[in-house]
Amino acid sequence: MPERIALHVNGRHVEVDRGSTVLAALAVAGVAICRRSVQGEPRGALCGIGVCFECRVTIDGVAHRRSCQILCREAMEVRTDG
Amino acid sequence: MSGRTDVLIVGGGIVGAACAAACAQAGLTVALVEADLAVGMDATAAGMGQIVAMDGSPAELALTRYSQRLWDDLARSLPEDCEYERCGTLWIAADDDEMEEAARKATRYHEHALQAELLEQRDLYALEPALRPGLAGGLCVPGDSILYAPRAAAALLAEAERHGARALFGCRVRALHEGEVELDDGARMAARTVVLATGARAAELIPELPIRPRTGHLVITERYPALVRHQLVELGYVKSAHGTDADSVAFNLQPRPTGQLLIGSSRQYGRADPAVDRVIVARMLKRAIAYLPVLHGLDALRVWTGQRAATLDGLPYIGPCPGRAWLFVAAGHEGLGITAALATARLLSDHLLGRAPEIAPEPYSPARAWLETVVRA
Repeated sequence: MPERIALHVNGRHVEVDRGSTVLAALAVAGVAICRRSVQGEPRGALCGIGVCFECRVTIDGVAHRRSCQILCREAMEVRTDG
Repeated sequence: MSGRTDVLIVGGGIVGAACAAACAQAGLTVALVEADLAVGMDATAAGMGQIVAMDGSPAELALTRYSQRLWDDLARSLPEDCEYERCGTLWIAADDDEMEEAARKATRYHEHALQAELLEQRDLYALEPALRPGLAGGLCVPGDSILYAPRAAAALLAEAERHGARALFGCRVRALHEGEVELDDGARMAARTVVLATGARAAELIPELPIRPRTGHLVITERYPALVRHQLVELGYVKSAHGTDADSVAFNLQPRPTGQLLIGSSRQYGRADPAVDRVIVARMLKRAIAYLPVLHGLDALRVWTGQRAATLDGLPYIGPCPGRAWLFVAAGHEGLGITAALATARLLSDHLLGRAPEIAPEPYSPARAWLETVVRA
């Protein structure tokens, strides 16, 4: 069995397998909207391979991190701007 | 072209657009010719879009202060997309010497009835907590503002067009003759007055003008709202950036209304290539991070260059050419083209209509270019 790790998505406790991306944790948490455009439109993951930059979230206080490219760590704090 | 135009403006940057608006509003017939395909594509789009009172000399302060007042009046009717915002400028003093300079600067601003408030160390950090620790203080100039200059130029041109002005794009002027200009295709356009507003390219048409392109780099970041609230400039700016002909960098940062940060500044002579110079960008960012450590680790979106129109004495050329009364120069604003565009345009329309200008126009007269050229020779 893969090791489970726990983190927070918008303050909510989420558990995922080690090796999961932050984007996967967002899916587990039921969060589809990662951020807002300049005009306030909702944005979510599109390509899933680090190219489109639509899946950016704030991780441990650092804004504009691509959730599809970063693996979950224990006690990570993920915030979306949905 | 049919009929004789009163004013033909060569150059559709923000200065040319402002000149078109002022002349058309005054009831003159106006045509504007621009080599690019739209208004404000060159230095207007490349710069920071700042409207700042600058006190490099009494004439500079008179011009920028006057123009800032004109912008304040216009701001109410500017379209939303011009992103006008009166964010104010914080001049940052790193040490006691720069605090003394801040105090002198405050005195000069107060003499021109400009609001300027000296900041002690704790005041500075109360306003901008992200600045690095250990700075001495600064000077807050709350009347300074920013806008998105290409849109402001478009708004000014639209205003000119509402008053009957015509604009031609994609037309390069290759020569100026008495009362007319010659386009690249050989066509000629006549006008009572020709206004040269081609910024850093002005010397291509009037070689006697000692205007040299001075390259600047800017970096824009992703959106980081509320990290910084004022335009930030180091007080060493004047001595570091304006002082010599050598390549120089100085800390200058603006929070844009989107939450993005615009980071400058650099100055380089003799670079015709618009490509980004990574060495000077590295110097510029290092300087910026030294003042605002939080920048380290933020994402930059783009880096680009632009060319300021630098003159020998740091003042623009605004006025009729000696011996060529039909030719009016409105160029050489270096970093103050956005700021001074409206005052430049007003000096032009006052001159054409025989109105008394609100500020003395003599310090900006192009006549000094000929004098300087003789002195230098």
